[in-house]
Amino acid sequence: MLQITGVSRRFGDVTALADVSLEIRQGEFFALLGPSGCGKTTLLRILAGFESPDSGAVTLDGEDLLGRPAHRRPVNLMFQSYALFPHMTVAKNVAYGLEREKLPKAEVRSRVAEVLEKVGLTSMAGRRPQQLSGGQRQRVALARAIVKRPRLLLLDEPLSALDKKVRAEMQLELKRLQHEVGITFVVVTHDQEEAMSLADRIAVFSAGQVEQVDAPVALYERPRTPFVAGFVGANNLFSGRACSVGLAADGLGVLPGSSDLPDGTPALLAVRPERLRLDGGQNGEGVLKGEVADVSFYGGVSHVSVTVPGRAEPVLAATQGATPIRAGARVSLSWAAGDGVLVPQ
Amino acid sequence: MTRSTVSGAAAASRSRRSRALGRLIFLGPGLTYLIVLLLIPLALVLSYTLFRRGRFGGVVYEATGENFTRLFDPLYLDVILSSLRLATIATVIALLVGYPTAYLIAMLPRKWKTVALVAIVLPFWTNFLVRIYAWIVLLSGPGLVNSTLGELGLGPFEFLYNQGTIVTGLVYSYLPLMVLPLYAAIEKLDPQLREASANLGARPARTFVSVTLPLTLPGVVTGCLFVFVPSFGNFIIPELLGGGRSIMVGNLIRDQFLKARDWPFGSTLALALIAVLIVLLLLQAWSARRA
Repeated sequence: MLQITGVSRRFGDVTALADVSLEIRQGEFFALLGPSGCGKTTLLRILAGFESPDSGAVTLDGEDLLGRPAHRRPVNLMFQSYALFPHMTVAKNVAYGLEREKLPKAEVRSRVAEVLEKVGLTSMAGRRPQQLSGGQRQRVALARAIVKRPRLLLLDEPLSALDKKVRAEMQLELKRLQHEVGITFVVVTHDQEEAMSLADRIAVFSAGQVEQVDAPVALYERPRTPFVAGFVGANNLFSGRACSVGLAADGLGVLPGSSDLPDGTPALLAVRPERLRLDGGQNGEGVLKGEVADVSFYGGVSHVSVTVPGRAEPVLAATQGATPIRAGARVSLSWAAGDGVLVPQ
Repeated sequence: MTRSTVSGAAAASRSRRSRALGRLIFLGPGLTYLIVLLLIPLALVLSYTLFRRGRFGGVVYEATGENFTRLFDPLYLDVILSSLRLATIATVIALLVGYPTAYLIAMLPRKWKTVALVAIVLPFWTNFLVRIYAWIVLLSGPGLVNSTLGELGLGPFEFLYNQGTIVTGLVYSYLPLMVLPLYAAIEKLDPQLREASANLGARPARTFVSVTLPLTLPGVVTGCLFVFVPSFGNFIIPELLGGGRSIMVGNLIRDQFLKARDWPFGSTLALALIAVLIVLLLLQAWSARRA
């Protein structure tokens, strides 16, 4: 439905986007994930028509999008700062886009009422944005963007301005709404948890390039580049060379992993903290042995960091609930070969 | 127990007194200056409105209301109305010229903004009178404009000494006072609001009318006031560029004091001018509070 082909954009010496190609499907909840300054917002602004690329093409339903000015695109954007008009009431803000379509007054009114109902703000219709809480403003921004029933809805860091609790609520609500209205959503975020929980598919960006496009589970379990392995979720990364049973790690010996890389390829082995098994005592069958440096309790899980001789950073292991292991204990670490993912370096 | 409460109250009142004293030290010089050099002379001048003129100038302290009746004489009412008209025209033109200028400066890259703003205030570095005289040199019969036009086979035209020249002079003199508050208002406006408007399907002209203009209205009001106030009471520009006929209230006031030697009536005219300006200021304060 949305086809982005070879889009590049430079700002002076900085490459914001380098030959980015993506295909986004009808009705999909798609996330652009990456650290700040990776180019994802530039791509969003190109789609909205506030920037134009130096080269490349973007088509929506087969029609060229780049040739159209911003105000003629069937694309709506929910701004990170919400950009609500401070001199208009909530209802006026939401009606603004419909009034530009020159719809009859009665229809504008009924559609505004309908969408305010959908986001639960009917009682706030007469207020000004300054009189609303952060979560309510976010809903107004969302209502204003979806009321036009765009082909494509762009969301720039939609939840970043909210506190943690409201954020979780809004996450669910966004998903429900996307189901209800059936609009294709493209969300930009630097928060990988947000991307994972919201999106059907995620494109991970780094330094203006797309690193990997995949469903959240595949992205988490099968990272294909070192950047993705390090950026998405916590990971223990070991560098070395691929071998038949896993990775010949620098200074640590052979570590188990599964791979289809040719032997000797420089690679990273990625093991998730929750896949590591911790055994107390000296005689464990473990792959690595070390000393517990620190234990942090998070409620549902505990993180145990283990210093392993021959490795600079501690290895992180996650256990369910509280753990009897204390700092200073000698432990051994092990994992199944299937849980060690090899990523070419 | 009781004693400590009492001494606490005393300490509180002492600290309140010392704070008031501290404020007075800072406010004192400015306040004294205003009272001695503005308020007292102003009160004196305004008190003249109630008395009769002396035969050779000065004031005869004999109460009368005739100064105020005279104010409504068509002869003087005309001057006040024509001053209002000229000042309004100058303000409107300054707004029409100033808004695009301020908008453009607000859109410039940061370092060019500074350059442009310095250029806007640059005329203030030259004496006001000198700049007005320069206009005479430019526009006079054998002046620069006419001689240039003469080369092209046009003219000579009579540019000077009409109401158009006065308006030109007023706009020229007070345009920076329009641009600066407008610039401040436009610069402060979140550019994302314009983007949001475009994103919702508004053409640039609609965005301007529905978003940019309403949100910069306080700047518009301030700018208009900054141009209107000095234009309304101006007497140098009508004197030099308008040919010295009493067509603005400023000239009239000066003539009453210096030529006609009618201080009471001059004071009454000054009072009328101040009253109009106070009404305008109240309107501006009211509109600012609403926004």
